[in-house]
Amino acid sequence: MENEPDLKADLFIDISDEVCPMSFVKTKLALDKIESGQVLELICQAGDSVKNISIQLKDEGHLIKGVKRESEDIFRIKILKDGL
Amino acid sequence: MSGTKNGKKLRITVDHNLDETVIKKIAVDAEVAGKDAKGKIDFAGLRAGGFIKQRQKDKFTVRLNCPGGRMTIEKLKTVAKAAEKFGDKFVHFSVRQSLEIPTVDYHDFNELTDMLGSVEQKIASCGPRVRVPTACGGCEYNPNGIVDTQSMAQTITDMFFGRRTPHKFKISLSACPHDCIHSTGTDLGLQGAIFPKWDVEKCTGCTICSSACTEDAIESDKKTGQPIFDASQCIYCDDCVRACPTMAWEAEERGYMVRVGGHGGRHPAFGTAVANFLSDDETLKVIDGTITWYQQKGESHGRIRLGNLLLKEGMMASYMEMLKATIGDAKLEKNPALPRLIVTNPKGEKKNGK
Repeated sequence: MENEPDLKADLFIDISDEVCPMSFVKTKLALDKIESGQVLELICQAGDSVKNISIQLKDEGHLIKGVKRESEDIFRIKILKDGL
Repeated sequence: MSGTKNGKKLRITVDHNLDETVIKKIAVDAEVAGKDAKGKIDFAGLRAGGFIKQRQKDKFTVRLNCPGGRMTIEKLKTVAKAAEKFGDKFVHFSVRQSLEIPTVDYHDFNELTDMLGSVEQKIASCGPRVRVPTACGGCEYNPNGIVDTQSMAQTITDMFFGRRTPHKFKISLSACPHDCIHSTGTDLGLQGAIFPKWDVEKCTGCTICSSACTEDAIESDKKTGQPIFDASQCIYCDDCVRACPTMAWEAEERGYMVRVGGHGGRHPAFGTAVANFLSDDETLKVIDGTITWYQQKGESHGRIRLGNLLLKEGMMASYMEMLKATIGDAKLEKNPALPRLIVTNPKGEKKNGK
């Protein structure tokens, strides 16, 4: 059920070992490294991590373009910087 | 000790439980206990309490009116100066978010209140009346916040603070179901709540909502990833709405859940939910109606908390009738539970139901 499977990522991070707040801090630092309109792809834990990352990205004006559930515990997300 | 104008001897204490009409009759001259008081002590101004007698002779703790625990920097600077001048070497944050200046000599009340008045900092209350509401940070900057508890706390203070009630009457506001302010344990507790609705057209089946929901209210369909919503498990928290990347989840209803009858103290109780998703206007009507109902029904029961009054026969039904007359019954709980007393004595249950 991955949407936008062809969307190419400009940067990739794996934060599946991180918990709040470092999961979001690392996401933010990664977003700082790319330009508006570029895509960050990340891997994070299900549950609180994916919930908080999704909520905070929306609050800050980024668009989640692609979501793939890799397993019960892991999400793979593509984020369009400043896409909202 | 001091004399009044009519010559009767009166012990000068700031009795927060005195009826306002009684307090107004007491005109107290400046000479208190033979000392040089600075101006007349305005007992009418003290009618809402907020000056709490300490162990130490002549010393009072002055409780400041801080709705929702918020204070502007401007006020804080003046409060710091006032505390330095009239108090001891510290201030105390009360358990209900009021900043307190301990160890103030009661001869200094006027000067202190004048100084605080210069920045419109008011005194709080104690005794049997509507207290200053407590509140969390609200939705202004807290990402979990569903409602603006801070502005509501201020409005509630402006409209209801100081009204006489049979016993103390506390209001608290949480902006979301985390309920950090313990609205369940307050006479009237308000909590932000939303009811979610889902739009199939916008859903991509990403399953983030079911992962975000910690209440088992959302499962994802194994084939499509689309949510299967169980409203009976939902606690109205907004997580699904906020986490959904495509805005497929939206708030169908948003407002305050109202709980009544909770309280702390020697015989604490959990409040019970009586209404959901009330607008600010409906919420204020419910508060007004609740205070009036409490005053009327509690009158013959002496010093009784709202929760204990609601436990008396027929009272919950009477209260719900009042709510129905106030805001209609569409948003009311159909069969609300009674407030639940918590047994605190280790030997067993209290007989008197207090």
